[in-house]
Order: sequence, then C-alpha cells, then structure tokens
Amino acid sequence: MTTPPPIAMLAELTHRCPLSCPYCSNPLELLGKAGELSTDQWADTFRQAADLGVLQLHLSGGEPASRPDLVELVQAAHDAGLYTNLITSGVGLTPRRMDALESAGMDHIQLSLQGTNAPLADRIGGYKGGFDRKMLIAAEIKKRGIPLTLNAVMHRQNLDDLDRTIEMAIELGARRLEVACVQFHGWAIKNRAQLLPTREQTEAVKRTVAAARTRLRGVMAFDFVPPDYYADYPKACMGGWGSAGLNVIPDGTVLPCHAAESIPHLTFEKVTERSLRDIWYDSAAFNAYRGTDWLPDPCQTCERKDLDFGGCRCQAMMLAGDAGATDPVCVKSPHHDKVAALLDEVDAADADAPFTYRKIG
Amino acid sequence: MNDPLNLVDTDVPRLPRGVRLTPDRTRGGTVLLAPEKAVRLDDIGVAILTRVDGVASFGAIVSGLAADYNAPVDQIRSDVQRFLTSLRGRIYLELA
Repeated sequence: MTTPPPIAMLAELTHRCPLSCPYCSNPLELLGKAGELSTDQWADTFRQAADLGVLQLHLSGGEPASRPDLVELVQAAHDAGLYTNLITSGVGLTPRRMDALESAGMDHIQLSLQGTNAPLADRIGGYKGGFDRKMLIAAEIKKRGIPLTLNAVMHRQNLDDLDRTIEMAIELGARRLEVACVQFHGWAIKNRAQLLPTREQTEAVKRTVAAARTRLRGVMAFDFVPPDYYADYPKACMGGWGSAGLNVIPDGTVLPCHAAESIPHLTFEKVTERSLRDIWYDSAAFNAYRGTDWLPDPCQTCERKDLDFGGCRCQAMMLAGDAGATDPVCVKSPHHDKVAALLDEVDAADADAPFTYRKIG
Repeated sequence: MNDPLNLVDTDVPRLPRGVRLTPDRTRGGTVLLAPEKAVRLDDIGVAILTRVDGVASFGAIVSGLAADYNAPVDQIRSDVQRFLTSLRGRIYLELA
C-alpha cells in the first residue's frame, strides 16, 4: 500500500484554556506552558507540513488564544500557504487581536458553543461569564464577515436544545454548523454518565439534523458526528489511521489522532527529534494501523472494511483492551456486548451528578 | 428539476470569502479550499471556476465555455449548472 500525503494537520498549540469543559478532548495528563513548542518551532512545523502536502491547518488547543504569539503563528501558517482555521472558544480574542489575525491571513474561525444560554453554557464550560464574552466575539466575527463554523458540542445535558442551537447558528451568520456529539475519550470518560445521550435523544438528533440539512440547504451546511455508542457500525475514525490527518500536541509530539496516546504500546515521536515527513511515512506508530491488512477477522471479510477501517483504535483499546481489535461499537464485534452493558450501566447511573471538570496538574 | 439554488443567466456567481482555488504542489492539479474542506477539482471544474470572478454572469460563463470547447451550449449549461448548484448547496459559491 502506498501511503498518501496528509491533507490536514491539527496543531494543539497549548493545553492552557480558561474553560474546563468536562468532555475536553485533551488527555488527562495536560502539558503546562513550559513544555510548549516555541514560536519558531511551530512556524517550522507549519512549513514542513505544507511541504509534506498538508492543505488545511487547524489551530486548536486548549485555547489557542492563550498563546500570546497567536498572530505570529497565523502569519507563519499563512506564509507557508496553509488554509488557516482558528478553533476557539472566543475567550481571549478582542477586536484589536482580530484585526491582527485578519491581517495575518486567518481564513476561518470555528467557534465552540457549550450551550445556548449563559447558565447552561457557563455550567458546561466551567467558566462564569464565558457565554457573554463568546457572544461579543461572535457579533464581531459576523460584523467582519469572517467565515464561521459554529461547533456545537452536544450531549445529554444540551441535546434537547438542538432546535435553538440551529437557530442561533443562523443568527450568528454561521456558514456551517457542526453538531458534534461527544465522543468518549479523555475527560469525557470521567463524565460519561452525565454526557451520554439517551437512545431517544440519539434518534431525535438524527431526525432533526436530517430535516434541517434539507431545509437550510444553501443557507447553512451541516457536519454531523452522531453518538456512536448507539450505532450499528463504527465511525471511520480520521478517515483511516495515518491516512488523511495528523495531530501535533503542545510539546511537538506527533499523533495520528488526538486520543492516540491512550494506546500504551505505541511510541510517538516529536518534531524536535525527527522531521514531520519521516514521522508521517516511516514511524512505527503511524504505520501500526495503516491500511486494512492488519485488521482482525470480523473485519477482513466484511464489505464495510474499506468504509470504516475497523473503526476507532482508541475506542477498541478502551472497550476491548486491544487497539488492534474491531471497534466494539460494531454489531459484528465479539466485544459488542461491552457497549450494550455500558449503555445499561449509564442508564442506571446519576446523570445529574456534578461534572469532573478538566484541570491542569 | 427546478432546484431553488439553480442559477439564471443574469446571476453573477463568485467564491465567498474563505473559499479559494489553489495549486496543489504535492499532488498536482488544483484544489478548492473551503472552511475545513479541500475539494480536488477535475479539468472541467477548474475551467468553470477560473471563469467565476464575481464579474462574469452565469450566461457569459456558459457561452464562453461553449465557444472555447466548441461544444453545444445546452450541454455546457447543464454541466455548469449542476456543478455550481452543488457548490451553492455547500456554501462554496454565492451570488454577487
């Protein structure tokens, strides 16, 4: 199999963030400021990415606006020829900083939404006043005409608010709405009982998104990440391991996906030690689950093999204890009963228990 | 048939802010870069989109392509219509 060049890179500039969402996709062991790559190291990484074939750069975190050099980093990405997407909660942006980001060549903003009103959003984000600040920034984005995707992270506590979420996205002038149901890795596992939607909510969100997608065609586009525990077949995580995208974390470690460090037998290399090109094409971690030859039996003979590549490696690790197993979400997985048991367990658990918020240290 | 996103001859299409064509120096060819997406274009897509400049009308784009490729206007019109309507559906195209 020939390895294609990557299309997209997620740069997690920092783990620092004013919010402390209980489903944060950052790992449980968060990195502090001292371990972060410097401005020049990031700029060099962006140039290497562009040379390697990356077209889309997602600047994320933590909160990328927590980096004082964010404008310089956007400029470096733009100069490297990358399409530059800022993934932010909005907290830490100001009109003055947005002037500088626009001048530096930022192409697009993905603004997260924790909830449709201040009490709900601030409870989920664990940051009082966050919603009001976000709305000020959202108005500023609209006024400037910066292309906007609203990323609504959905779960048990806010899924019943989906209609209002869609309305809000239109009011804010979003061109795209990502209805991203929480995936259970990292911090979200600690809060699964509070976050996992009910089966009824799962059916309702699918219906609502399908109807809105038709109604709003040409007005707003939808990206939908369904809650996969209720699905029959797993998600094609990352479009296949080491196939389309890569993720660089604050200290320069390069991962095939943001949760890959949860697979204990893999060793991940850093851009400070090896070139991005060598890591992408030649590192053991990136080659571990590439393609489909390594897939176990229920997948090898399955007609969906080239659609979902056996699902998510991190989920297989977590639920089946083996990153090389079929994703247990799949009805054909010998471990599928573990997902069913989990749903029962969560059903009986206290969905109103307080969150365990993410925190550094 | 009558898709509300279809263009009429006097419509002037343009790429919205945040959507642009770029050469792909690694894979060759041209890609359409849009928010969080990269769409690989074939030669026909490139021929159409290089004429989408916010000045030329849909009708002018169609007749220009028909002349350049020495092809029937109706066939070109339906190809261009299908392509541009699909881009409008994804908000990769707007009317000036």
